[in-house]
Amino acid sequence: MSIISDVIESTKAIIKGMGVTFSYIPKEKWTVEYPDEPVTVQPRYRGQHLLHVDEHGREKCVACFLCAAACPSDCIYIIAADDPRSPEERIGVDERYAKVYNIDYGRCIFCGFCVEACPKDAITHGYNFELSVYNRADLLKTKDDLLITKQKQSPNYRVAFADEDVDSEYKEV
Amino acid sequence: MSVTVPPQFEVLDRPLDTQMTISMGPQHPSTHGVLRLELVLDGEMIVKCTPDIGYLHTGMEKLFEYKKYQQGIVITDRMDYLNPLGNNLAYVMAVEKLLGLEIPERAQVIRVLMCELQRIASHLVWLGTHALDIGAMTIFFYCFREREKILNLIEAASGGRLTPSYFRIGGLMMDLPAGFERRVQQFIDGFPAALKDFQNLLTGNTIFHRRTKGIGIVSAEDAIDLGLTGPSLRGSGVAIDVRRTNPYTGYETYDFEIPTEPNGDVWSRYMVRMREMHESWKITQQALDRLKPGPVKADAPKVVLPDREAMKTHMDALIHHFLIVAEGFNVPAGEVYHPIEASKGELGVYIKSDGGPKPARVHFRGPSFVNLSALPYMVNGEMLADVVAVIGSIDIVLGEIDR
Ligand code: SF4
Ligand code: SF4
Repeated sequence: MSIISDVIESTKAIIKGMGVTFSYIPKEKWTVEYPDEPVTVQPRYRGQHLLHVDEHGREKCVACFLCAAACPSDCIYIIAADDPRSPEERIGVDERYAKVYNIDYGRCIFCGFCVEACPKDAITHGYNFELSVYNRADLLKTKDDLLITKQKQSPNYRVAFADEDVDSEYKEV
Repeated sequence: MSVTVPPQFEVLDRPLDTQMTISMGPQHPSTHGVLRLELVLDGEMIVKCTPDIGYLHTGMEKLFEYKKYQQGIVITDRMDYLNPLGNNLAYVMAVEKLLGLEIPERAQVIRVLMCELQRIASHLVWLGTHALDIGAMTIFFYCFREREKILNLIEAASGGRLTPSYFRIGGLMMDLPAGFERRVQQFIDGFPAALKDFQNLLTGNTIFHRRTKGIGIVSAEDAIDLGLTGPSLRGSGVAIDVRRTNPYTGYETYDFEIPTEPNGDVWSRYMVRMREMHESWKITQQALDRLKPGPVKADAPKVVLPDREAMKTHMDALIHHFLIVAEGFNVPAGEVYHPIEASKGELGVYIKSDGGPKPARVHFRGPSFVNLSALPYMVNGEMLADVVAVIGSIDIVLGEIDR
């Protein structure tokens, strides 16, 4: 190949490539301006856990330790206790409840096995995903951070509808 | 006045044509992870190349021995993190083989569908980064845009994007969400146009040809001797694909081709993967058409977690649930090897069971590991700048190599 045909061929290739690029200019935007715009998460997304309460505000967890047994990374720490008061003024739905319920987010891998294991639907995955902290000790979340009544939800996510378009994240909805 | 040259400067007196050893990586952006190559150069020509691995070593195979069988699934996600569903599949199928479980039809079809979507996603990352290494930047963004759609689908089905853990021993984590078929169809409809864009950007591009044709050649015999598998082997003209030679999850019933290219250079491997994406796209369409309602978990109450409603209302289901979660299930003693065709080549799982709820030994035959061992043969005599092209063409993931 002579140098002239070389230059011609390369120019052709560049023009063809730029053609693809220019064809995208009138099309819709494909990026999300996080954190100014919320990120879309799917309904089953596995974010920070939530500990649930029943309609009277009593904790659903009965401290059965199944979630801790299912956890592949051994990051759930529970201390069970008894609450002998009457059902109305108890902390949990049952006499037995978790006095301490810690999840170590330095170890948690967000696998969802604890959620699958819980027989009481007491723990589920929420959608909070901004979990970085400046201090390693802060990764240990206690009941105060995990209870659904106390956990602060981030404004930076939006949960998709189940039947949303596959590329809805990048379009106005 | 006489000057004494300090000993560290004496090297300047050496003749300039001697060989030089340089270290490429482990922080080099084109080594796709933390891979270090020790290169002996003569001028710009590679005389010897020695891959140095282990920077990501996590002891995963040992870790399996301390986890119950079902807990091992999450570890496999983290090996080849671009193809986690393939790893899940290899592992759960090996355990199912030991247990002798029958998997329902719907679960099998969903497995094929998800694995082929994942294969496309994995190839898209390869295409984007490989082209980026060679200097074509634009395509990277389009590849990741398409991959994002697939990750959204995987996230919708399993809840995880990079670490889905969607397959369980005996079936799936749960059934597909409502409206999933329509969304997959939407992706399938849009993908050929994207593939055409990729072809326009690279396939006819002279600059790309110059960087890839005739580089890193490995002949068919050498490829077999080196143990290459997957697209790297098919780029040398050997049509071996585990989906064809040793079918699993019903791959024998799908209509697809095994693309091969004769030349064994970087360009051939590029073409094989580009055509493979098209074949995977064909398989996803067929799998989608086959989806019929039905159970997604095998009928094995001692192994598979019961339905959540049944667990809350039936005592025996609750007892099984407690036993499986707390103690795991016993797997008959024996050894098993199960190969699948992952996106990078043959991924084999070897499990030895001593009859308890935890495996006695788990070993993975990772395709990236074996394919990387061919790198020194491929780059011998090439230019230094071509090393990144060759690394990109064998598509390695260091998480799988170091394990
Ligand atoms: S998500 Fe997985 S790792 Fe995290 S607490 Fe639950 S079981 Fe443990
Ligand atoms: S969260 Fe659920 S599984 Fe864990 S101890 Fe409480 S009730 Fe048991």
